[in-house]
Amino acid sequence: MIQLQGLTKRYGSFTAVDAIDLDVPAGELFGFLGPNGAGKTTTLRMIAGILRPSSGTVRIGGIDVNVNPTAAKAKLGYIPDRPFIYEKLSGAEFLRFVAGLYSQDGAAVERRMDELLALFDLSEWKEELVESYSHGMRQKLIIASAFLHRPEVIVVDEPMVGLDPKAARILKDLFREYTRRGHTILMSTHTLEIAEDVCDRIAIIQGGRIRASGTVEELMATAASLGQHDLESYFLQLTGERAARELVEVLDA
Amino acid sequence: MPEAVAAAPLPAPTLAHVVSPKLRTVRNRSRATDSQRSGAGRWAIVLLIGTAFWAGVMLVLVRLLRYFKNTPEIGALLAGKLLGLVFLSFFAILLISNIITALSSFFLARDLDMLASAPVDWLTLYGAKLLETLVHSSWMVVLMAVPILAAYGYVYEGGFGFVLLALGTTLPYLIIPAAVGAAVTLLLVNIFPARRTKDLLTVVTLIAVGALVVLFRLLRPEQLARPEGLRSLVDFIALLRTPTSPFLPSDWVQRAIMSALTDRLDVLPLYLLWSTAAAAVVLGAILHRALYAGGFSKAQESAQQWARTGVLPRLGRLALTPLGILRRELVCKEVRVFFRDTTQWSQLILLAVLVVVYVFNVKFLPLRGQGIGFMLVNIVPFLNLGLSGFVLASIAARFIFPSVSVEGRTLWLLKSSPLPMRELLWSKYWTGTLPLLGLALLIVGVTDALLQVSPFIYAVSVFSIVFLTFAVAGLALGLGAIFPRYESESAAQIPTSFGGLVFMLSSAVLIGAVVMLEARPVYSYLSQEAFGTVADPTDMVVGFSLALAVCLAATFLPLTVAVRRLERLEL
Repeated sequence: MIQLQGLTKRYGSFTAVDAIDLDVPAGELFGFLGPNGAGKTTTLRMIAGILRPSSGTVRIGGIDVNVNPTAAKAKLGYIPDRPFIYEKLSGAEFLRFVAGLYSQDGAAVERRMDELLALFDLSEWKEELVESYSHGMRQKLIIASAFLHRPEVIVVDEPMVGLDPKAARILKDLFREYTRRGHTILMSTHTLEIAEDVCDRIAIIQGGRIRASGTVEELMATAASLGQHDLESYFLQLTGERAARELVEVLDA
Repeated sequence: MPEAVAAAPLPAPTLAHVVSPKLRTVRNRSRATDSQRSGAGRWAIVLLIGTAFWAGVMLVLVRLLRYFKNTPEIGALLAGKLLGLVFLSFFAILLISNIITALSSFFLARDLDMLASAPVDWLTLYGAKLLETLVHSSWMVVLMAVPILAAYGYVYEGGFGFVLLALGTTLPYLIIPAAVGAAVTLLLVNIFPARRTKDLLTVVTLIAVGALVVLFRLLRPEQLARPEGLRSLVDFIALLRTPTSPFLPSDWVQRAIMSALTDRLDVLPLYLLWSTAAAAVVLGAILHRALYAGGFSKAQESAQQWARTGVLPRLGRLALTPLGILRRELVCKEVRVFFRDTTQWSQLILLAVLVVVYVFNVKFLPLRGQGIGFMLVNIVPFLNLGLSGFVLASIAARFIFPSVSVEGRTLWLLKSSPLPMRELLWSKYWTGTLPLLGLALLIVGVTDALLQVSPFIYAVSVFSIVFLTFAVAGLALGLGAIFPRYESESAAQIPTSFGGLVFMLSSAVLIGAVVMLEARPVYSYLSQEAFGTVADPTDMVVGFSLALAVCLAATFLPLTVAVRRLERLEL
């Protein structure tokens, strides 16, 4: 459902994403795991059509995002890591606007809107302007907006940031149910537990490249073969164990 | 937990340190622009338009001042009066602009949380924010003042000393409205509780309106325009000698400059300028120390506003249904966001006053007096077209130009949705253009009716203003997307950006071109009516066709480039 071929993004001489190849089939929850600055957000923004790749292709449901962006984006829901939305619209107005972007309106949209707002405990805030929402509430509203038009693919950047434990739990369940119904989710996270907890497959990304990928079990098996006792040690080995050691040295200095 | 090491208190951050991020931002932004491939071309266009504008202003003014200089007795007085009027208008603009900018820089800016929680001295914070307010509100006025002062210095042979004098007078002239504007905003924020910016801005606007009306009355333009109404030349000279506004800094600037250029430097106005500027800053600082902490705290209290879903919005939504879901939602969003953003809609009141003052001005034009013939009665409405164009351009700068920039932080949503950028831009175009067109037709219709113009001039005015409106709106939206300010903290700041200046200059060039292209056919028609000469139909066809072509090009070219820019935009 999501196909990346030789996906590369360069900023001058700096290569943020370096020839990534990836194939995420329908019905899978795929996790991009990596430290800050590894290239996760850049990759996701290229998939969402916000950034143009320097080279390589992104296909959603077989449609190239850069060749036929409108058709590809119609299949997509994107949830960014920073919840910037129109401050002067109410929650309901924002959701109606997003539905309109996907040419949807009417009673079905209203019903779905109410369901999603209720799911995230936002019903009471429905008619209130977004400017009075907290960070977490904005994040929940954006997540609700991404599910509104029932996209085939959801691309989500650091979904748990800013959410309370209840909302985080709901979101995990929602992701699992959504993929069980044949939809595809690609999420990025720097938290190992979240990736282990919800993802069917994981790719560890560092320096703009995929260093390892597979199911949690497959990665654990690889870790064991390299003498690492758990996924965290393997992750640190791939992404820069030294940084963690330096932290201790700095604090003790 | 190890015991904290006792350390000597760190020195408080200096003013230079607090303002350094702003300076670095400007430097880094210019570097980023340079590194873009299109950077050089963009700067070349800006430089070209800027130079053309400066040269145009200087040429006209140099001619006028030479004429004044060669007029004995009243020439220097007229030149001084003109300078005084220009600086008086600038002063009004500066005062309003400083009040609005101070609200943003002292109370709503994003860096304030950090500065308020850091050990920054109150005086340093005041100085840094005052400087920021001053620069943001004054730089456009400075750019406008440079060719004007240069023309005075050139015609009256001021030499190098004049450059120093111009700097020495302009600097305190800019500081005074900045300090006063910041103090007014500080008082208003303290009076109005809990971020009620809506009320606050209404008051600011009302003050601005009051100031504008007072200043307009101070100008008394009708007396200067109708010298025959005065009993004698002595009366006229006496009127010229009377200072327009002896207690305003604009008059001090005028007196200092004209005394140095025509006779010997009068130092009193210089003392007045510097001492008033110093006093304004000191009093502003005292007020700041007493009231800022409380005001800032009040400004942080969050608003709890509920969106109103009245009958009118519902009817509007229903009326837009034929446009399709996507366009309807885009237009509804535009209208809602506009009317809920107090920094946007409050400017409407100000603009309404601008229009009323303009129409009022036209009403009192001395076009019915002795010796005023058919030609003048019809030429003035034609020139009125150009002035109406400027009024429209300033309205477009406020409301249409920022339209793409305000999407800034929400562009991720639009870019990741299947919304074609063309749809976005054209929805914005029509949402901005239709009200502007209504206003344009109202201004031209009312002023032409007041002036009782001939049907031909009426038709020319309406035809021209319709296409000028389309073109000005196209330029505003297009240039707004080509020179965006996505990181801007309030929509009110965007028109004063570099791109805003480019838009205003381009509009001036466009309006000038249309007026010039139509001048010939209008002149041949008027000559035919007044003196019975035969008008050449080719003049009519060529003149009006070229004007139409210029307008259409100004409408579509910037928008086409803007669509391409938005499609290629990376966030």
